[in-house]
Amino acid sequence: MEFETVVGMEVHVQLDTESKCFCPTSTDFHAPPNTNVCPLSLGLPGTLPVLNKKAVEYSVMVGLALNCEISRWSKMDRKNYFYPDLAKNYQISQYDLPLCHGGWIEIETSAGKKKIGITRAHLEEDTASNTHEIGGGFSGVDFNRCGIPLLEIVTEPDIRSAEEAYAYLTALKQILQYLGVSDCNMEEGSLRAEANISVRPKGSEEFGIKTEVKNVASFSGVQKAIEFEVARQIKVIGEGGTLVQETRGWDADRGITFSQRTKESAHDYRYFPDPDLMPIVVDEAWENELRERLPELPAARRARLEEQYAIPPYDAMVLTLSKGVADYYEAAAAAKADPKKAANWIMGDLQALLTEAKQEIEDCKVTPDNLAAMITLIEDGTISGKIAKEILAEMFASGKAPKAIVEEKGLVQISDTGELEAIVREVLAGNPAQVEQFKAGKDRVVGFLVGQVMKASKGKANPQMVNDILTKQLKAL
Amino acid sequence: MSQDWTRATAYDIREAVKSGAVRAETVTQAYLDRIAAVENQVLAYNEVWNDHALAMARAVDAKIAQGEDVGPLAGVPIGLKDLICTTEGRTTCSSKILANYQSPFDATCVERLRAQGAVFLGKLNMDEFAMGSSTENSATHQTRNPFNLECVPGGSSGGSAASVSANECAFSLGSDTGGSIRQPAALSGCVGLKPTYGRVSRWGLVAFASSLDQIGPLTKDVRDQALALNAICGHDPRDSTSAPLEVPDFTACLEGGVEGLTIGVPKEYFTEGLGDEVRGKVEAALNVLRDSGAKTVEVSLPHTSYAVAVYYIICTAEASANLARFDGVRYGYRHPEAKDMREMYVLSKSEGFGPEVQRRIMLGTYALSSGYYDAYYLKAQKVRALIKRDFDRAYEQCDVIATPTTPTPAFKFGAKTDNPLEMYLNDIYTISLNLYGGPGISVPCGQSADGLPIGFQIMGKVFDEAAILRTAYTYEQRSGVKLAAPELAAS
Repeated sequence: MEFETVVGMEVHVQLDTESKCFCPTSTDFHAPPNTNVCPLSLGLPGTLPVLNKKAVEYSVMVGLALNCEISRWSKMDRKNYFYPDLAKNYQISQYDLPLCHGGWIEIETSAGKKKIGITRAHLEEDTASNTHEIGGGFSGVDFNRCGIPLLEIVTEPDIRSAEEAYAYLTALKQILQYLGVSDCNMEEGSLRAEANISVRPKGSEEFGIKTEVKNVASFSGVQKAIEFEVARQIKVIGEGGTLVQETRGWDADRGITFSQRTKESAHDYRYFPDPDLMPIVVDEAWENELRERLPELPAARRARLEEQYAIPPYDAMVLTLSKGVADYYEAAAAAKADPKKAANWIMGDLQALLTEAKQEIEDCKVTPDNLAAMITLIEDGTISGKIAKEILAEMFASGKAPKAIVEEKGLVQISDTGELEAIVREVLAGNPAQVEQFKAGKDRVVGFLVGQVMKASKGKANPQMVNDILTKQLKAL
Repeated sequence: MSQDWTRATAYDIREAVKSGAVRAETVTQAYLDRIAAVENQVLAYNEVWNDHALAMARAVDAKIAQGEDVGPLAGVPIGLKDLICTTEGRTTCSSKILANYQSPFDATCVERLRAQGAVFLGKLNMDEFAMGSSTENSATHQTRNPFNLECVPGGSSGGSAASVSANECAFSLGSDTGGSIRQPAALSGCVGLKPTYGRVSRWGLVAFASSLDQIGPLTKDVRDQALALNAICGHDPRDSTSAPLEVPDFTACLEGGVEGLTIGVPKEYFTEGLGDEVRGKVEAALNVLRDSGAKTVEVSLPHTSYAVAVYYIICTAEASANLARFDGVRYGYRHPEAKDMREMYVLSKSEGFGPEVQRRIMLGTYALSSGYYDAYYLKAQKVRALIKRDFDRAYEQCDVIATPTTPTPAFKFGAKTDNPLEMYLNDIYTISLNLYGGPGISVPCGQSADGLPIGFQIMGKVFDEAAILRTAYTYEQRSGVKLAAPELAAS
């Protein structure tokens, strides 16, 4: 029997507000444990929550970017359960009236474009973090994280493969970063993804028994977990076994999912409206104001870049993956760099340097202006492309302007015909065997000889001119 | 001259202190002496702050000596119900689970009272987490009614009421969720007012039922109510349910009489269950107001009979979540023998909470449970809306509504403890007002044949405290009813 994969995703995103969701305490949870806390984050008696307006605005902006309807009227609810990381033993969340609902996001996979339905996006507060590594047989709770605003984004069960799930997460993260509402750092937990996974016989309308896979630390981990889980479920069915609805964890080292909690022990959360908070009213005027604040989103920017700078679709796609890169690219283009060349340098050498240094483009010492200046130096023949690679590395390390490096190191390209002819003559004299091979019709040795000339000139020779002179002299022999 | 300052009103104390006729320290010392003399009979306090109170009083005196401005409560010694957070002393809610709890912050009302020059004498006993009508549910001790030491003072603000009537403070703060200020004020013979929901910040009030709780004063007379309300009312950005409204000067709202005022008398409040003595005194009180120029009309609050049921679903549901935080993880009582996390929760709560609190947590948990939510909590919310509509419609015909505060005067200790339902019915005339949200005041209107105080309740439209204050003040002035507890033998 052939099976179809059915996946729905739940993503929790920490919103990058300065203060927590319901109190004025800082959201910086890198601070030493339990230093960014206040009577409210600790759930002390007598405290009351006051909703952070910015958290609502960020949530609505995400909803708008995901083509959601924004609820004119919504409310906060209490979700009741006992756990030491939950200061009040209830979490303030949204139950039946989320801020945003009924949207979609477009993803792109090897099979083309597809829309994934967004069921809802609702605002809630993060819990504290527990640690079991403080020793002495004790567990510790760090309340720095408690109360950081979280947006939970839930999709329809529209995802049909692990690859689509990966594409969904990538597209979502891209939008969130463009909006500037979250740093989306999965390792630090500011973006957490859970997948609800089931399989069903191809053509069937009914859903199979689903499992929920949690605590996956990367997008590729999610993809692998889904692949594993789908294969496991098909195997269980194939062997005549029965699947149980359960929560499963992901062991990244062993590449397997494992059972954590079955449905029988599921909670009755006893949701009810939080009487400490007023209803959230987002009227048309506020919604429009927030809509106007939306930046250009990835899909639109990608299309614009392709057209405005006449670059290939692939380049536009890569350059818009992150807002930072797209901003950088446009700044370089604005500084009069040739758009296609700028794209090549950014996607190629600069990206390689960033990857090696584990740096984001926002922190890069090479300014877009300097990159443009460097490209211009190549264009006007001052330096060769080869030298430019060296110069870029130096710019990357020191932040110096390309011209300064060229002058400092005497890297100006040799474009003097007489000087180049002399070098070529020397090279030909020093490589008689290759000259003989050329005479015997082996054209390929020209490349070797060009390389020797470049080497002899310490890379400074103008490659185009070297080619011409070398060909001329060889033919003359 | 040997004036007994413990019998004076807050207003008179303020005037004397401000004019330099008496030092704040002298007044405070008089109250501390009074507490030392009678507290072993009344048992109103959980904690008395001798040194702190004297230091606060001396600070007021120092300001006066330097010609600095002192507030409108300069040198007035007051007591605070023990669920109002104070950085001084403990905030126990009269519960074992918070027996040693110290708050790192002051409630907004405490900050405001301090800024107005009030002096804090200590924390007052109450029913545990404000759940009760007799203060018998306190985990610490039973407070007695100053009018009859064998009777309860009412509750849950029993310590707040008894301390005022026994002259152990000039006035006190209580909290009212279903009558917890007005009922003990009626039973203990003082004036108690529940402001409109949203009038007084709940920041620093340990929550029982968040949509119903409201802090309010218990005083010796109506004018002191206005003085106290001026201090504690007003918008607070730390409480989202606090109303962003201007607060009138309530002391300027007292005079003017009731000429032209229409008083609604709800027929549902004068039926079976209302004691004859209470009925008689309340009707006499209505006559006083009629004689003063007010008109009375019969009104109907048709959903009154559902109020107790609706109240006990909503307040217990909210309480079940509000009290979940007392788990022994971060503060408060943790059972010493718990072996794992689950046991820590179960044993700490089972030992830390008294039986009434446990009963209400279980009731509320049940009402919110999957499968029961619609039938209980949701239905209760719908009926609450009907009860609100009852009041809105009644107020189309009248300016204020007058009723008895309680069906009967104070009862003896243990009289109702075996039957929670009978205890709940003691709040039958006060509960609806909390569901509606408006303000209400209870003023003494006489005594029973046994000498027990009887209370007369005047309820108002939302945010119209001015109307009930003026009505109550007029009644107080015209009726001449002034209750004084019998002399308590000094120990």
